[in-house]
Amino acid sequence: MSKRKAIYASKIKRAVHMLFYRRHAKPGVKGWELRKTLGADYPKVLSILDEYLKPLDLQVKMAFEEEKPHSEKPTPEELDKARFYITLRGDLTPKEAKMIGWRIDDLAGLAITIAYIISKKGKAPRKEVEELLREKLPGWKASLNIDRYIRYGYLSQDENEQLYLDWRTRAEVDQKALIELLLSK
Amino acid sequence: MQSKKERVKIGRERLQRIIEMCKAVEERGLDPFLVNVDEIIKVVREFFPDWEQPEDLCLDAEAINRLASVIKLQSEWVKHRSTTLYTDPFLLEEKIKSLDKEAIVEAFLGAWHPIVELEQISLHSLKEALLYWENLPPLKDRWKEFPSPEEAGGVASPEELLRLKILRDKAFTEELENFWNELKREVAEKGENGKIRYWDFIGAETYEETVYRAFLTSFLVTYGYATLEVYPLEDEIFIKPFEKQQRRTAKKQLVSLPIAITREEWEKWKERVKAK
Repeated sequence: MSKRKAIYASKIKRAVHMLFYRRHAKPGVKGWELRKTLGADYPKVLSILDEYLKPLDLQVKMAFEEEKPHSEKPTPEELDKARFYITLRGDLTPKEAKMIGWRIDDLAGLAITIAYIISKKGKAPRKEVEELLREKLPGWKASLNIDRYIRYGYLSQDENEQLYLDWRTRAEVDQKALIELLLSK
Repeated sequence: MQSKKERVKIGRERLQRIIEMCKAVEERGLDPFLVNVDEIIKVVREFFPDWEQPEDLCLDAEAINRLASVIKLQSEWVKHRSTTLYTDPFLLEEKIKSLDKEAIVEAFLGAWHPIVELEQISLHSLKEALLYWENLPPLKDRWKEFPSPEEAGGVASPEELLRLKILRDKAFTEELENFWNELKREVAEKGENGKIRYWDFIGAETYEETVYRAFLTSFLVTYGYATLEVYPLEDEIFIKPFEKQQRRTAKKQLVSLPIAITREEWEKWKERVKAK
């Protein structure tokens, strides 16, 4: 093995340790942490790792803390602030989703909530979302479920009871695909 | 003909209204195109020559500033509508209402890629933990550092405790046993599989009574009259009475379970009961 290859192999190992094992209260690793441990070429290390993960149906996912940068290609500063995760590349079946602890009602509620907030430009009054959920869920469950989505990091809420999409939605949900899939049903 | 003073007063009121309207659009997420920008600029321009006081000029500047924020929102609105992410909320709402749960979940699963994460102990962390344990002084040595709290206050009389509602007229054990019988009755009437939802049992007409019932329930569990079943994924807690009081066995590890009885939780429970 050439010296260069050996260096990258070792960096990939370190990247796997950092990305798979939770280091903070929230999962994922910040870009600057990866830069500090792996060096300035960490985006390249991650792209090689992503290739390795492909056959395992996993991927390296990057999510920006706030809004996505406007530019097509993120700058090194934007990358430093972004959070990196390992996520599933493909889809789960309803049975598998159940196995990882989600009830069909709660998952449907989450889908409705996220889709509605996207359609409202990323911000919707909690009251409206609760009313929408009450169409399919018992009234008391609608509010409890929203609290749970907030707790898990899918949503956040401000003092005016406006709901926003939070870090976990940005990391886990392909928003464009969700809207398209819902409308094509 | 309006006097100058009257004109200034009307101008101030109109600027205030403009500021309030722009603020409402910004804060409540209303449609920014509800604001007629041309009309507002006309008003601002009309009254501008009348402003002499610094406060009025500040008001004018604030109106312009608020208007600029609304124009920014209008620009974002146009940008959003031109992206592929834009969907008419009404259309989407109708679609969601018409779909069944299974179809919604199926669509969501096509777009959901959950995070993968592991929690596992390693040899390195075990070694670190052992080192820490070796260097950790025994509890009896560590607790020496804290001085024992000074005893403060005097003795409270039973009458005083009654007045403070800490003690009730009935003997506590008797009250607890009555409460246990009530739990058994409630489970028989409203429960399923010999248990009842925790909140359905402790919930009462007033918040104070609910807290008191939760307090008694904690004793029912601690003294072996009943047990709690917790389902963390469903976020639900059930209480299950025992037919006979269970004696505590030394082998069994006791677990403390904090349950918050907040006013908000109580209000939510009341709403749920009303909805039923």
